Amino acid sequence: MATIVQLENLVYSRPAAFTDTPTHYCPGCTHGTAHRLIAEVLDEMKITDRTIGVAPVGCAVFAYNYMDTDFVEAAHGRAPAMATGIKRLLPDRVVFTYQGDGDLASIGMGEIVHAAARGENITVVFINNAIYGMTGGQMAPTTLPGMKTTSSPSGRDVELQGYPIRMAEMLATLDGAGYVVRRSLHDPKNIRLAKKAIRTAFEVQLHGLGFSMVELLSTCSTGWGVTPVESLGWLEQHMIPAFPLGDYKISPSVAAIKL
Amino acid sequence: MTRELWKGNEAIAEAAVRVGLEGYFGYPITPQNEILEWLSQRMPEVGRAFVQAESELGAINMVYGAACTGARVMTSSSSPGISLMQEGISYIAGTELPVVLIDVMRGGPGLGNIAPSQGDYSQICHGGGHGDYHPIVLAPASIQEAVDLVPLAFDLAEKYLNIAVILIDGSIGQMMEPVELPEMRPVVRKDYPWATNGAIGRKRRVLSSIYLEVSIEEEVNLRLLKRWEEIQKNEIRFKEYYLDDAEIAVIGFGTSGRVALSAVRAARSQGIKVGLFRPISVSPFPARQVAELAGRVKSILVVEMNAGQMLKDVQLAVGDRAPLEFYGRLGGVVPFPNEILGEIQRIAKQPPSLDGNPTQRWLARMTTPKK
Repeated sequence: MATIVQLENLVYSRPAAFTDTPTHYCPGCTHGTAHRLIAEVLDEMKITDRTIGVAPVGCAVFAYNYMDTDFVEAAHGRAPAMATGIKRLLPDRVVFTYQGDGDLASIGMGEIVHAAARGENITVVFINNAIYGMTGGQMAPTTLPGMKTTSSPSGRDVELQGYPIRMAEMLATLDGAGYVVRRSLHDPKNIRLAKKAIRTAFEVQLHGLGFSMVELLSTCSTGWGVTPVESLGWLEQHMIPAFPLGDYKISPSVAAIKL
Repeated sequence: MTRELWKGNEAIAEAAVRVGLEGYFGYPITPQNEILEWLSQRMPEVGRAFVQAESELGAINMVYGAACTGARVMTSSSSPGISLMQEGISYIAGTELPVVLIDVMRGGPGLGNIAPSQGDYSQICHGGGHGDYHPIVLAPASIQEAVDLVPLAFDLAEKYLNIAVILIDGSIGQMMEPVELPEMRPVVRKDYPWATNGAIGRKRRVLSSIYLEVSIEEEVNLRLLKRWEEIQKNEIRFKEYYLDDAEIAVIGFGTSGRVALSAVRAARSQGIKVGLFRPISVSPFPARQVAELAGRVKSILVVEMNAGQMLKDVQLAVGDRAPLEFYGRLGGVVPFPNEILGEIQRIAKQPPSLDGNPTQRWLARMTTPKK
């Protein structure tokens, strides 16, 4: 293969923790970004070979095709329970789940809350794009008031369909949670902050400091019915006010970790 | 080793610990709580994993994850909890993992009650979860037999990468009997070529029950069925009592088989030529043996603590080789030996005919006011 960039000039390349499989995600989808951040962190921490991922049901159902770690595929919403089973049997391994908002905040609400309450030493990457992507754009527990989806065609009516759930805020109330933050993937600065949070979350697990979760505000241009570029602006304009970015739980022992 | 007095649930739990249980995940439900409670103390004591899950859904999915590591793992529950676990059971079957499940059955449907029942036979033996799969189901009739089936259940689950269920009812779970437990064995974690335990020095592995390519999913289904054929060939288990010269055969599993044995002995003392066939593996069901039995007796009485769930398997095996009668008690009622003796005496006096439907005849007898 012809060398396009001399090795000494190389500043950006495919993470070693990625497989060669191209992702199936829609153009503009931020799942690919989130996957890459995880892969970069696995590379930096040199933990790819001792990490076991738990894939969700949803658009990221094939996450196991893209990251070069051992992987299991959970039933819808049950990833934290499956991760619990793995981690309890293999406490020296790194176990993470990757879950969307339907998976984590709707059908899997019980599993995620209790995994956090137990202080399971697992890391959760939570993709919040306010919609069910894979099944065709239905209303999610995180869908914004008034937002149109294929199952709230006139817009989410809070009188009938209730209000969006803020997972990071909710889980931060639990004593078992060591690190719970919300970041966004809509621009380079926030992507860098997201990566740092993912790194911290995995460090929390390695230090045995309890449950860690990074909620990532993400786009779904297909589900939202906008262009990929528009979706980034839509996220910033509509999602961040509803789901403020920030650190919701950093336990004192987590704060003491130096990266 | 000496025999000790043990409660059924605790004996089963302790037997599992002694044969190398590495992870247990459960949720409280009567009448199986003593399994969870025993292991909540015992597992940490021997440095193994125990989690009281948030629900049966949580428990079965924790077991699912734990099984992916290649460790010897187990959960337990009772009827309504087993209904909730069906999702995970189907996934575990689809992923081809070894898991042991203890089902301590109670009265139903719905919330039912906490009395002994055999109402889970159909949901356990014939699926309750989606898709084509077959758990191995072993139904002991005493605490000793239950304890003896624990290591077998693990061995079968691991040999065939299949779910193995020990199916008992609340009475076996709750009563106490003298029992000899297995010796404490060291834990040996097998080095399975599929276990997702971290890709250190090897290629990564993926465990999943998803096969979007329908032709591959069909292949997986065919593989499961071929394996089930092997299980059917190799793993049939049953016990026969007084059947050599029997003209009437009683068929019952678990507690109803045990109560029927008392009735059979009483009938024998009255000169009635009756014997008992007690399936221990109810899945795979000893269909060939039941068919052969039907060829050499004049009539068959099936006794269950449900409305005839195993009866259907018996009917499939027997065909028109022998006339059938059914006697069932429902809703948590355990039959007395005298009730079954009465049925045996009735059949001895007037053998049933091949015509008609044994379930309908039984239902008519059950619902006709006694004079």
